[in-house]
Amino acid sequence: MSTSEKEWPLWEVFIRSKQGLDHKHCGSLHAPDAKMAIRLARDVYTRRSEGVSIWVVPSNAITAADPAERESFVDPMADKIFRHPTFYELPDEVKHM
Amino acid sequence: MNFEYALRLGDNSLILGQRLAEWLGHSPALEEDIASANISLDLIGQARLWLTLAGRLEGRGRDEDALAYLREEREFRNCTLVELPNGDFAFTVVRRVLFDAYHGLLLERLALSGDADLAAIAAKSKKEVDYHRRHSADWVIRLGDGTEESHRRAQAALDALWNYTHEFFVPDAVDPGAAELHAPWLADVRSILAEATLQVPADGKFLSTGRQGVHSEHLGYLLAEMQVLHRAHPGAKW
Repeated sequence: MSTSEKEWPLWEVFIRSKQGLDHKHCGSLHAPDAKMAIRLARDVYTRRSEGVSIWVVPSNAITAADPAERESFVDPMADKIFRHPTFYELPDEVKHM
Repeated sequence: MNFEYALRLGDNSLILGQRLAEWLGHSPALEEDIASANISLDLIGQARLWLTLAGRLEGRGRDEDALAYLREEREFRNCTLVELPNGDFAFTVVRRVLFDAYHGLLLERLALSGDADLAAIAAKSKKEVDYHRRHSADWVIRLGDGTEESHRRAQAALDALWNYTHEFFVPDAVDPGAAELHAPWLADVRSILAEATLQVPADGKFLSTGRQGVHSEHLGYLLAEMQVLHRAHPGAKW
């Protein structure tokens, strides 16, 4: 077995800190399988009760945008202010926006 | 609840917590290092509550520190299983699953007690121990039903540890109802071991006697390390 096969696979950990909020990416860890990854995420990332729910995703299941395409991929969004909802006033009662 | 019984509960948690703390920096993975430390701290937290209660029941002014750090080996009332050296990772998690399954059942029973102090500590601890049992059972299943090498190590650990579990269930003056937990414990452990493809060893005649204060040769060394700071610097604070 090569070293990479001997090592536990990498998992991305997503934690929801409160009911009603989205899961947020909080880090990654090594674990032998999905169930163990959840167990270990509980100990590594929620020891101080940071979360009510945990997701784990195999890191190799994530496809990332290519940074080399940045110029055509990201930059054209920057100068179109009409796409930003900044012309509204948010009432104080609306939280988590 | 009496002094002796509270000591048993406190010492089981304290000694197993100390053993688990020995894995710090030595676990097979960083993630497991943190998990071991968490579980160790859960157990030491439980030990503090039980030993404080024991001191109060004794009524001679001994607090948790006096009981943890200033008793001799023969005065410790933990079962022998929890004081055995960690061995390899398989030995550590097989020992844990055998104890965690018992510990959970015991706390479940104590949480129903009419004694409010006792029931409160037991209920709080039970939640922690349910997680401990899941964690250790998951590992035992993975090692037992893993590679040839992990299976061999897990089975060897189980064979070595099995006869130390009889001590949990021997009734005596301090715990006349100890035998009641044997059947539910055996059912739980059998189901875990079956999933782990491990063979339940035959019961031997050996009976360990840690609860009576007659320990294996290993406890003295553990206590020396655990108690040295407090004995060298009485009342030392961080």
